[in-house]
Amino acid sequence: MNSKTRPVAIFGGNRIPFARSNGRYIKASNQDMLTVAVDGLVERTGLAGERLGEVAGGAVVKLARDINLTRESVLGTKLAPETPAYDVGQACGTGLEAAILVANKIALGQTDSAIAGGTDTTSDPPIAVSDDLRRVLVEINAARSNVDRLKAVAKLRPGMPLDIPQNAEPRTGLSMGEHTAIMAEEWGLTREEQDALAAASHQHLAASYESGFQDELVTPFLGLERDDNLRLGSMEEKLAKLRPAFGGEGGTMTAANSTPLTDGASAVLLGTEEWGAEHGLEPWAKFVDAETAAVDFVGKREGLLMAPAYAVPRMLERNGLTLQDFDLYEIHEAFAAQVLCTLKAWDDPVFCKERLGLDEPLGEIDRAKLNQQGGSLAAGHPFAATGGRIVASLAKQLRENGGGRGLISICAAGGQGVVAILEA
Amino acid sequence: MSDRYSQLVNNPVGEFIAKNVGLPRPFELERWEEGQSPIPGKVLLGAAPGGRLTEAVASELALAEAAVDTPLDEEVRGAAAAGDLDAGIWNADAPSGKYRSLVFDATGIDDSAKLRELWAFFHPSFRGLEPSGRVLVLGTPPEDCKGPREATAQRALEGFTRSLAKEARAGATAQLVYVSSGAETRLASTLRFFLSPRSAYVSGQVVRIGKGSGRVPKVVWDRPLEGKVALVTGASRGIGESIARTLARDGAHVVGLDIPPQSADLEKLAGEIGGSTLALDITADDAPSTIATALSTQHGGVDIVVHNAGVTKDKTIVGMDEERWSVLLDINLSSEERINDALLDEKVLNEGGRVICVSSISGIAGNAGQTNYGTSKAGVIGMVDSMAPVFAKAGATINAVAPGFIETQMTAAMPIGTREAGRRLNSLSQGGLPVDVAETIAWYASPASSGLNGNLVRVCGQSLIGA
Repeated sequence: MNSKTRPVAIFGGNRIPFARSNGRYIKASNQDMLTVAVDGLVERTGLAGERLGEVAGGAVVKLARDINLTRESVLGTKLAPETPAYDVGQACGTGLEAAILVANKIALGQTDSAIAGGTDTTSDPPIAVSDDLRRVLVEINAARSNVDRLKAVAKLRPGMPLDIPQNAEPRTGLSMGEHTAIMAEEWGLTREEQDALAAASHQHLAASYESGFQDELVTPFLGLERDDNLRLGSMEEKLAKLRPAFGGEGGTMTAANSTPLTDGASAVLLGTEEWGAEHGLEPWAKFVDAETAAVDFVGKREGLLMAPAYAVPRMLERNGLTLQDFDLYEIHEAFAAQVLCTLKAWDDPVFCKERLGLDEPLGEIDRAKLNQQGGSLAAGHPFAATGGRIVASLAKQLRENGGGRGLISICAAGGQGVVAILEA
Repeated sequence: MSDRYSQLVNNPVGEFIAKNVGLPRPFELERWEEGQSPIPGKVLLGAAPGGRLTEAVASELALAEAAVDTPLDEEVRGAAAAGDLDAGIWNADAPSGKYRSLVFDATGIDDSAKLRELWAFFHPSFRGLEPSGRVLVLGTPPEDCKGPREATAQRALEGFTRSLAKEARAGATAQLVYVSSGAETRLASTLRFFLSPRSAYVSGQVVRIGKGSGRVPKVVWDRPLEGKVALVTGASRGIGESIARTLARDGAHVVGLDIPPQSADLEKLAGEIGGSTLALDITADDAPSTIATALSTQHGGVDIVVHNAGVTKDKTIVGMDEERWSVLLDINLSSEERINDALLDEKVLNEGGRVICVSSISGIAGNAGQTNYGTSKAGVIGMVDSMAPVFAKAGATINAVAPGFIETQMTAAMPIGTREAGRRLNSLSQGGLPVDVAETIAWYASPASSGLNGNLVRVCGQSLIGA
């Protein structure tokens, strides 16, 4: 093994437009979407027929048959079939965690090139059967005679339900939105500031499409050219009219300042600079460092989506950086409230001292540098695909700015957070 | 002793009638119970900009392991962090949540225009005050202020807290605590008293915490009086008995004093609380020296002296004979002065001593038929005022409580009209219990109360009389 690590470059990214659940992509499977996203990236980077070091990817909501989802997807692309692949899972952190894994292998010299990706669909959910029903079905299947089979069939009852995946934390029974509503109340968030963040997200993404920034990042799929959750024009009035979706009647969270269920896939290409040069690829940015954190939301010691607030300061300290040493910030907008709670926490002397053990608060960030090309509230959030969307978008922004440093922060179910630093 | 009216209007039928006819419905006050957290429920801590007490309060709340929220204000959050308080957040623009206590550091208000800060904090938060809630406003004593503008604004806090105490519902109370500069480290016992059920029947009061003297001692809060010797006069029954029991609960060795005819009750009490007795008449010529000798030889001095013994001998001035006048004044006032002098002269009062006098609302407001009693109890207030600097020199303190209507055998014997008027004409619409007086005395007695000297606190549910 190399004793020295090597710089890891990002050479490009590709995704399909994200579509609202049970809409345009209702007939597309995770494998279909990941295949298209990876294949688009292969095409953009001229890697058809190449054998890459590996492809790592995953999906949060996954059918049982998708045991080898990423490898099966790779076999459907123009990459050499000799390209190995494996599945990764860390809830909404999956896409970024996949990039971290391959970046580390590249840095260590275990491979020179890799694609990290992710896909998710809530239109094609893995519907399971309840334990009672499953036992009967297994019995029917195992029966050796028709009489036995009939006996087993007779055990079927109308009350044996299907088990459809829920967007809820198994240990608390609360949905992610309900958990975030608790955070919003804990941090005293107003409806107005959440709606303003949502409106900014849509404005930034709309402007980004208008400017052509997304052309190099998005490949149309099934007739969709842009994310269909994106709303054009002024939104403030419409946003203010919506009824609360979480947190009860007095809640501040609505369907618009929370991300909707979305379908989509993304992929990012990483490698050493030498490998890139050999393949005629210019680096967009370097993948510098990453950190993950988790919080005890079950014991109610911290809010479900507050883990990035812990991960970032640990990463900053390791790199000798302050929160203000960044030119761009990409904070995943699972909910406007998640972003706002995180920003308030970093600027709060009590949180920084009591929870993070810091003498001084990390401070404020320049909000003009936040999610400049739009965020998840506008684009949508196909869970495992979000990391790839953000890594590619930030890398491209840094390249176009002619350099700089960017911070990525993504919250994930189970009280987890995945964060990273890119530089160009 | 039973308050039949309260029982009546708090049963379902009575409650219905009282609600519809508009009768007062006294709330059943929560009292301190063993094992309760020192500051129960959630606390909301706010401050006017420039407050100098926020950090000290935050630090004490953190030590008491209170659950605290603060506004997301840079200054308050900074003070909370400096006080090592892991506080949650409250947004005045989107107020939510219920609070057991609202604490506001008003020391930053140095001009009447800034009194608006009181409105800005309490307007959105007061609605969320829970039953048995507590409001505590902290200010700078007007006499300590740098200029007239500041002194004026700080004096205004009294009218605010007293009015808020009258708006409070369901057993909630409000107080103003003036904290001198340099007294920031002597807040602990006062915060714990006023933010807990210990102060159930105290409302609308103004307390001053001064710089005090000596080190701020480390206190074991479960038994703050451990190792202390407390003399309680009139200890055999009523309020005196409750004082003895409460001080013993807090760890003190109580020397109960009463007249010889009460010896049997006194011995029984001493047996129950592991204390000692002194059976003598405090007005006897040799009483001060007997007390001083007994305390120094048998107990190595005394730490806490509670002047509780007192009598009433009611008559209008026209019908009052000289004996009623002289005997009462000797028992209620002059004997206390003589005992104080003896304890000081013979150095029987230990370093950090606490002298606590039981005055009365009659000493503040006066009462027809009680010229003698009113004189004696106002005299007690005068004694506290005048002796405070003297005791301070001895490293000790002297303070007074003035009970209002307290449910005892004495009040049970009152005519019903007077009794009901006494019970209802206060912000809590009920009489207090002897333990309410005792808890207030225990607060003064705490080693942590070194900043309290020369205070008079009424235990009266903010009675309309004498207010």
